Amino acid sequence: MIRVLVPSGVLGLEFSKEALQVGLANNPDIIAIDGGSTDSGPYYLGTANSKYSRAATSGEWKYLLAARETANIPLVIGSSGTCGTDHSVDWMVEITKNLLHTIKKGVRIGTIKSSLSREQVVNALQAGRLKSLKDAPFISEEIINDCTGIVALMGVEQIQEALARNADIIIAGRATDTASIAALPLMSGIPPGIAWHGAKVAECGALCSTNPLSGCIQVDFHEEYFEIEPLDSMAQCTPRTVSAHMLYENSDPFVLHEPGGYLDVKNATYEAVSDRKVRVSGGKWVSFPQYRVKIEGVRIAGYQTTSLTMIRNDHYVQNIHTWIESLKQFFANSLDEKFGGDAETCHLDFRIIGSEATLGALENRSSLPVEVGILVLITAETQELANEIAKHINPYLLHFPLSDNEELPTFSFPYSPAETERGPLYEFCLNHALELDDPLEIFKIEVFEANA
Amino acid sequence: MLKLRDKVLKIRSKNAGPFTVTVDVFCRNQTNLKRVLGLLDGDTLAHLYNVEKHRFEIFEVPDLNVIKISFPRTHIQGSRLDRDMHGAQFAELLNEMELPGNFQQCR
Repeated sequence: MIRVLVPSGVLGLEFSKEALQVGLANNPDIIAIDGGSTDSGPYYLGTANSKYSRAATSGEWKYLLAARETANIPLVIGSSGTCGTDHSVDWMVEITKNLLHTIKKGVRIGTIKSSLSREQVVNALQAGRLKSLKDAPFISEEIINDCTGIVALMGVEQIQEALARNADIIIAGRATDTASIAALPLMSGIPPGIAWHGAKVAECGALCSTNPLSGCIQVDFHEEYFEIEPLDSMAQCTPRTVSAHMLYENSDPFVLHEPGGYLDVKNATYEAVSDRKVRVSGGKWVSFPQYRVKIEGVRIAGYQTTSLTMIRNDHYVQNIHTWIESLKQFFANSLDEKFGGDAETCHLDFRIIGSEATLGALENRSSLPVEVGILVLITAETQELANEIAKHINPYLLHFPLSDNEELPTFSFPYSPAETERGPLYEFCLNHALELDDPLEIFKIEVFEANA
Repeated sequence: MLKLRDKVLKIRSKNAGPFTVTVDVFCRNQTNLKRVLGLLDGDTLAHLYNVEKHRFEIFEVPDLNVIKISFPRTHIQGSRLDRDMHGAQFAELLNEMELPGNFQQCR
């Protein structure tokens, strides 16, 4: 049996320290946690930035390092620093080294880096080793060469290599959510249908229980089944909470694609072992003859500045759509006049907060709000141009009248200046799989003494 | 007017990666699931989300009484025209979908 302790769905989002202690007392074989996702958008991969603060990351990591030390077992984090770039791995290593006083001499850090260069991806495209996944956008050498960040999602093989090289703390770049949990069970001979299924259910920590905020859960991987239970005394895993997790952020409720194959849980069974523990069996793993990993890439699609104006005047609120249309028409002409050809390359997108800002053209309800906010997104080929245009439209967002023969209105700017520079606009541009001859081929693995 | 949210337990949506949105409709029981499924045909969904009807994938998860609907995002997550980074508000269109008067008799 292999026992995996999962402290939380992601490092940085808090977990119960008491539950962690309960988990440690149960003698786990490994602690595994995820560090990232694309869910917060392309900015993080575009800039190699972490979504969670350094303070939150370091504060929680400290507890996990101490827990690892007490139990003398490996600790693995996948998708370090939200986006899992090489830079993010270095950031996590640096945080770890800063917590050195909690680490004994001789402790070995393993790093697995998964960033790809543009050249590597262009070569793969030319060699026909890049396969489009579902709903993939069109790609070309030009698009790849525009990318500011590209990562490959590792599976279990890369983490197993670091474990085999006796790493105590494994800091991995971008990985699938499940890989850090499934690695040790698979290495220990647990059948893949059981190992991947258990890892999928556990990847968001206690989200598969009745109390998602408690964080910590424990998975026991056996030959024929896995058992999962929350470590917080107030939380429960039930067959329903556990099986429902396959639905989460997954387009197919029965199938999960991973490097090297896919998990099929159509015939899985979920039974309650107690009022808080669930036993699961029947997950099936299907191997692909060709090993491949998913890659993610982000490019800059322009530079943005935003402006916000608030309108409370009832007459303008009632006529807001007419006002916007007439303002757009006015800008079309005045931008042409002031900026010439440059204006054609820029976009002004209007979001009427209080009316259709969330759903846009899909919005099918209308009722009169008390007030509206007009958020204008200005996207241009350079930041300078986006800022210039924002300054140009500023007085009109403040004073543009509904008709010619009325006194100029003045709306409400919430702050000064009303425009905010947002920097580059990043865009996901890859949804592809990269074929590999050897799972370790593109991943850079190093194991070294933490305080040598 | 009765809305879909009045007749099911919960409807939620979320990104399934940057290119896909997935909606989970938690029904009350099998009968309820079949009735709701009858309403969620390709034309209705295409109209609601402005996505071609053949691009919707609809799954029945009988053990959970769940209907799962997945479809490609018209605007990739975080791209210039995207308005909802996490895709979680797409569910509201289904929550507020108006039901026919004879819903209880639907098969």
